[in-house]
Amino acid sequence: MKKELTCVVCPAGCRMTAEFDDTGKIISVTGNTCPRGKTYAESELTNPVRTLTSTVAAKSKDGCVMIPVKTSKPIPKGAMLEAMEIIRGLTVTAPVKVGDVISADFIEEGTNLIACKTVL
Amino acid sequence: MIYDVLIIGAGVTGVMTARLLSAKNCTTAVVEAECDVAMGATRANSAIVHAGYDCKPGTLKAKLNVRGNRLMKELCAQLDVPIRCCGSHVVAFSEDDMTTLRELYDKGAANGVPDMRIISKEELLKMEPNVSDKAFGSLWAPTAAITCPYGICIAAAENAATNGVDFFFNFRVNGASYNGETWQITNGTNTVEARYVINCAGVNSDKTAQLLGERDFPISITPRRGEYIVMDKICGKMANSTLFVCPSGRGKGILVSPTVDGNLLIGPNAYHIDDPDDKSTTADGLAEITEGAKLLMPSVDTRNAITSFSGVRSTPNIYDYYIKISDGLPHVIHAVGVESPGFASSPATAEYLAELLVDAGLTLTDRDDYIPTRRADGNHKHFNDMTPEEKTEAIRRNPAYGKIVCRCETVTEGDLIDAIISPIPAVTVDMLKRRTRAGMGRCQGGFCSPRAAVLIAEHTNSTLDKVTKSGGGSWIVTKRDSE
Amino acid sequence: MHKKIIIIGGGPAGLAAACAAVEAGVSNEDVLILERDREPGGILNQCIHAGFGLHRFGEELTGPEYAERYIEKARALNIPIALNCMVLSLSSDRRVTFVSPEYGYTEATADAVILAMGCRERTRGALNIPGSRPSGIFTAGTAQRYINIEGYMPGRRVVILGSGDIGLIMARRMTLEGAKVLSVCEIMPYSGGLQRNIVQCLDDFGIPLRLSYTVTEIRGRDRVEGVTIAKVDEANGRRPIPGTEEYIECDTLLLSVGLIPENELTRGAGVPIDRTTNGARVNQFRETGAEGIYACGNVLHVHDLVDYVSEEAAIAGIAAANKVLGRTGGTLKSIEVKPGHGVRYTIPQRIDLTENEDSVRIFFRVTDVFKKVRFIIADEDGNILMKKVKSGAAPGEMESLELKGDIIKALAQSETACVNVYLEE
Repeated sequence: MKKELTCVVCPAGCRMTAEFDDTGKIISVTGNTCPRGKTYAESELTNPVRTLTSTVAAKSKDGCVMIPVKTSKPIPKGAMLEAMEIIRGLTVTAPVKVGDVISADFIEEGTNLIACKTVL
Repeated sequence: MIYDVLIIGAGVTGVMTARLLSAKNCTTAVVEAECDVAMGATRANSAIVHAGYDCKPGTLKAKLNVRGNRLMKELCAQLDVPIRCCGSHVVAFSEDDMTTLRELYDKGAANGVPDMRIISKEELLKMEPNVSDKAFGSLWAPTAAITCPYGICIAAAENAATNGVDFFFNFRVNGASYNGETWQITNGTNTVEARYVINCAGVNSDKTAQLLGERDFPISITPRRGEYIVMDKICGKMANSTLFVCPSGRGKGILVSPTVDGNLLIGPNAYHIDDPDDKSTTADGLAEITEGAKLLMPSVDTRNAITSFSGVRSTPNIYDYYIKISDGLPHVIHAVGVESPGFASSPATAEYLAELLVDAGLTLTDRDDYIPTRRADGNHKHFNDMTPEEKTEAIRRNPAYGKIVCRCETVTEGDLIDAIISPIPAVTVDMLKRRTRAGMGRCQGGFCSPRAAVLIAEHTNSTLDKVTKSGGGSWIVTKRDSE
Repeated sequence: MHKKIIIIGGGPAGLAAACAAVEAGVSNEDVLILERDREPGGILNQCIHAGFGLHRFGEELTGPEYAERYIEKARALNIPIALNCMVLSLSSDRRVTFVSPEYGYTEATADAVILAMGCRERTRGALNIPGSRPSGIFTAGTAQRYINIEGYMPGRRVVILGSGDIGLIMARRMTLEGAKVLSVCEIMPYSGGLQRNIVQCLDDFGIPLRLSYTVTEIRGRDRVEGVTIAKVDEANGRRPIPGTEEYIECDTLLLSVGLIPENELTRGAGVPIDRTTNGARVNQFRETGAEGIYACGNVLHVHDLVDYVSEEAAIAGIAAANKVLGRTGGTLKSIEVKPGHGVRYTIPQRIDLTENEDSVRIFFRVTDVFKKVRFIIADEDGNILMKKVKSGAAPGEMESLELKGDIIKALAQSETACVNVYLEE
């Protein structure tokens, strides 16, 4: 079987064709211009994942501000709405530095929700 | 409390009257259905202080227009509202039109309009180089002026409030009764009591007359909608004065005019509508006014449009204004059918209404503690209108004046806070916009409207989800976790 | 006040230009960034999605992270930034008037000015969509600010007009926050956004993208109650086709209908503007038609990637440094760069050849979606100077060609006064 895919790894957005067998195992990927495309195609056909970004409310000296956050690794696409539920319930207290872990083992073990901005 | 006078409607006629009464020894209240003053015809019109040649000689309309034109200029100076005496041309496009111009001239002369002239094509094109070369000539009336109609209305309302007039907003009158001494005017939840009532309810003034108890009221009002397009300030110098198409000519009376803020305005068309609240614009209508404007000025290019809007005017079934003491009801005065040039007439209409109040039995004497400015401490200048020295001083006194919120129109946080805590507090984003111009520029509030909304929330001890664009159900945002 | 270099704008362009100028030898004290917001970083602060920095840093960053790298760099270099600082006017001889709570009303002069004011969004007015004027009509960027900075939702049932990247990103962001994005309408037959954003912002959530559709009417008295959409006729000036109208009940309309470089100051200074980019016309150093005034980033032309903004800003920053340090040679010859078939515009619009020009990169956008193309640069007699084959091109993606040293040398010696950049399908 064949499937058309657009790679989302980088802004180039390569259009690829992935060929796979009945078990879902990839036989070939064409159209990608770098190795990351192949990895993306494999993941997309078995366990599609995305990096999730959002905001978390933080108390700081200027009152309540929103701190941008992201998952340190891509998380399963199917878990995004659940992740958003958790994120909306979080509050942190400044100071927060870029890269600080806001929530450890987020959705999956070894994945963290981390701050994308320094707020003093 | 029992007020001496209650005015229904905070359009320019009602507000000018309230302001005039605030200088007298009497107590005045204004009730208004919307959340702000100037929300009806006053808000969205051509912004022109007409000279007065258009009115039938001998009518009240003619008298009030010509006097109002002069008073408006004095009032703008007193309340520090920009006005530009740019004059107006009625442009003829045929020999028949030239005949119409001479008739207009004769009417103007009879009405006492000063300094009019019928001028040649050559002179017109010299004064207005962008006018179509198909023009034949024009009627030049130098006393016509442009100003900001809601700007002067807000200024007059602030002046009135500073002198003790009470304004009740979101007060849509739905009941009235008279107990032999006073009127009880209610919106269903609250009641305001007064000895005299003036009906200045604009497009709803005929219905208001019926609510007050008038039977067989002779006037009925039809809402008429006119659409306009506002062009970027880069087009503001295309016209030096207001340009009308000759009434009998093509273009259905569409005008091209500079605005006092430096934009170019084109419009309006005129269509009867059923719903007086229907302020929408239509694709056909916008195309029609663009075409009409191009007749006058072929170089008008709507790619430079920054916004369009429509205004609803109240068209009565009679020619003249119906401003008189009620025949059947005690202590009621009507100002009904005050259509164009109702704005230009308004300061004179206020005088006339005050005279009628005296005729109806109210004693009016001058107050000696009257404050002639918008605030007790004078007229507050906008940062953008200040000299460099004044700017330096304003920022030194209040650093909020050094923080520009609206980039397109150079409006500072200081200007915005000043409007939020003014005598008529600006508690919606549109109220703030009308008072400061924040959001009226080419980006139409893209950058500044969230910041303006945050300032309103901060200074009214509220939260962002409670702030509205223009009252009622015009919410802007909801809480993140709400459904 | 006098500074060697004043930079107007502390977003990605202004920060990168300032850092480059200081690294090129200008003392940090001779540089001043004027930033109108309360913090540096510009629009990146509200672009919380990932996708920035792959070219520049080799990793995928969010907007705030990308901004913070440059903010940190500027801080390490001790570059002063005036915050809440708005420039009111600029003149061609580099006099700058600005206000801020800290500086008050200030008049300054500079040996070089770098324009880095960014761009703004096109609005409903610019489109003249008929209908009522209720609340609930936002540009995508305004909605983005409400959600990401203020922490509030601009609506629950959403129609988006325009499929530019911000519109696509907002479709996803609002969906993740629990809103229902009913439709994304695009008047063109193709999206103006990156393909990856269509996949991960629309397809991932089953949001329909309707190409060749526009909004023809907005309804609602206080708040938006619905919009009418209609298919447009490609062959008839993209006018709505009668009979194709559909009414969609919604409480929010987001507009993502294009960005306009914010060049009011530039125009005020009398700097010549390119009618296509709506930005200044520049040479390869990003110097405008006014001597010592440079422009870079989205104020010059709208970029699709911030990485290219930083790159362009560094060019301007280094050039401004060379200028104020007296390291520039005279121009030997100016060559106009003209867009030809299939090319909408080029940056730079002019090459000023000096003694030691090693290479010049020409950036350009194509006019339409193309499959396989050959990009060509030719002199005015049609002699081909260089070509490059590409498997596809779209208006949403910036292309570039580098004129190498030997070609430059040949150009310097030739009689040609312009080069044409065009494509063959």
